[in-house]
Amino acid sequence: MVSTVEDTGAKSGTAIPVEIGKPRGGPEGRRTLRQDRWWLSPAVTVTVLTSFVAYATFAAFQGRYYYVGAQQHRNLISPFYSPCIANSCQRVAGSHPLGIWASFWNFSPALLILIVPLGFRLTCYYYRKAYYRSFWQSPPACGVADGHKSYTGETRFPLILQNIHRYFLYLALLFNVVLTMDAVLAFNFPGQGIGFSVGTLVLCVNAALLWIYTVSCHACRHLCGGQLNKFSKHPIRYRFWKAITPLNARHMQLAWVSLIFVALTDLYVRLVASGIIHDYKIF
Amino acid sequence: MTEVTMNIWRGDSSGGSFYEYKLERVEGEVVLDVVHRIQATLAPDLACRWNCKAGKCGSCSAEIDGKPSLMCMTRMDTLPNDKITITPMKTFPIIRDLVTDVSFNYVMARQIPPFTPGDPEPDGTYRMQQIDIDRAQEFHKCIECFLCQDVCHVIRDHEVNKLYYAGPRFFVKLASLDMHPLDTVDRRELIRQHLGLGFCNITKCCTEVCPEHIKITDNAIIPLKERVVDSSYDPIAWLGRKIRRKVKYTVEQAYALAPAQVAPTALDRVSATAIDDEGKS
Repeated sequence: MVSTVEDTGAKSGTAIPVEIGKPRGGPEGRRTLRQDRWWLSPAVTVTVLTSFVAYATFAAFQGRYYYVGAQQHRNLISPFYSPCIANSCQRVAGSHPLGIWASFWNFSPALLILIVPLGFRLTCYYYRKAYYRSFWQSPPACGVADGHKSYTGETRFPLILQNIHRYFLYLALLFNVVLTMDAVLAFNFPGQGIGFSVGTLVLCVNAALLWIYTVSCHACRHLCGGQLNKFSKHPIRYRFWKAITPLNARHMQLAWVSLIFVALTDLYVRLVASGIIHDYKIF
Repeated sequence: MTEVTMNIWRGDSSGGSFYEYKLERVEGEVVLDVVHRIQATLAPDLACRWNCKAGKCGSCSAEIDGKPSLMCMTRMDTLPNDKITITPMKTFPIIRDLVTDVSFNYVMARQIPPFTPGDPEPDGTYRMQQIDIDRAQEFHKCIECFLCQDVCHVIRDHEVNKLYYAGPRFFVKLASLDMHPLDTVDRRELIRQHLGLGFCNITKCCTEVCPEHIKITDNAIIPLKERVVDSSYDPIAWLGRKIRRKVKYTVEQAYALAPAQVAPTALDRVSATAIDDEGKS
C-alpha cells in the first residue's frame, strides 16, 4: 500500500491513501470477456495502413512516372512528389512551374517530401489512437487487456515527441498551399490553353480533402480558438473555433478518406504518366 | 417464453467465481431489473450497488459481457447472447460481488485545486458571457459512474499508474475548470507532472463507454494536452507569454487562497517538512 496524499484536516487526521495491490473482482487471467468481434476494427486498421505504407514506399522509391507534362499536354504532378524540390525532379518534371531544384538531393524526391505528411499523420491524434490500438495493442479494444506488461504512455522519449504535432501542422498547411497550386496549374493544358480533365478533378478533390483533413485537426482547433477561455473577447477566433468544431468531430472519417484519396491520386498520375491510361479531357 | 442465463461473478477480496442463474426473459427489462429479480428469487445475498435506475446516479456500474456499462441503461434485448456475463468493475478493489471500492476516485478528486475566481467587478459581482461557458456545460453532465476510469487501460492493466494518474473523469473536471472564463489558476504543470496527462494515449475508450455521451477525449483530454503543449513543449507559445507577461496563479498560490477547500497533497507535505526543518535549524 502506497500513500500519495494525506488528509491532515482538523477532523480526522487520518490518511487517505491511493491503494494498489488489493484484490480485484472478476475472473483472473482472462484477456477479455467481450464476445463481440472486437478484433475486427484493429485488423482493418492494420490491413489498410499496411497497404498504404507498402504502396507509398513503392511509389516513393520508384522515382519515375510522377509527372505528366507538356508531351501529353497536361500539367499533373503526384502529391507524393510535390513540392518537387529534389535535383532529380529537374529531369522528370523540368517543365513544372513549381519546381525548386535542391542540388543536394539526388534520390527520389518523394523520400524528402513525405517526411512532412508522414510526420503530420503519425502525430495526429486520430492516427495515434488507430495505431496504438491496432499495431501496438495498447489496448487493442476497450475492455481488452493491454498487450504490454509496463506502460508509460506519452510521458517519455520517443512518444513525448507526439507533442510537436502542431509544428507538423504548420508545415502541412504550407504543403496544402503547394498542392492547391498544383491543382490550379492542372487547369493549364500546355499547347491547348485552359481546360478540365479527369486528372484536374482528381488533383482538385485531393487538395480539398487534404485541406479539410488538416483544418479539422485537434491542434488547429486549439490554435484557432480552443486555447481561449473568454471567447467573447475574441469573436473572430471564436468563429474559427466554432467552424472547425463540427469538422473536428469527423476527423477520423476525414483522415481515412484523405489518406486513401492521396494514394489514388498518385496512382492515377502514375498510370497516366506511364501511358497505361489516357487522361480524359472533359472540356 | 424464452430463457436467459445470467453468469454473475460473485466473491470478495478472498476470491470468487461465476454463478449461473437461469430466468425467464421479460420484455422491456434492463440488466439491473434482472439482477433485482435474481436478488428477489434466487440469491437474496447478491450484492449490487444501485440507486436511481434512470442512468443519473452512476451507482450501478459493472461490466456486461466484458464492456463497462450502467446496468440500468443496458436493455436486455440489445444483448445478442442468451448467456450474459456480469462482472464487477475490474479497475477497482472488490468489496463484494458487483460492488467495488471506488475511493481511488475521491482521493484524486481532492488533489484538484478548486475554482478560484479573480477580483470581482467594481459592483461586487462576476459577469461572463454565455458563449464563454457553453463549452463547459458538456462536462457538467458527468454523473461520476467511473466507467471511464474503469475502462482506461492506463490504470486497468497497469495498476501502479494509479499513483501518478488522475484518469479521464478528472481530466474532464480539470478541463471544465481550466476553460472557465473566471478561473485564475494555472493547473497545467500539475496536470502534466502530477496528474499524469501524458499517460493517456487517447485511445478513446473513455468516450466509448460514457453513458452521458461526453466527448471526453476530443473535448477535454486533447484540449488539455494542447494546453500543456502551450505551457511546456511549444517554444513560440512560451515566448508569446513572456512578451505579453501573461501570468495566472500557480497551483501553490491557489492552495494558499483556498486552504480549507483542498486536501493538502504529498507535495505540500514535502514543502511543509522542508519549512519545519529550516525552522529547527
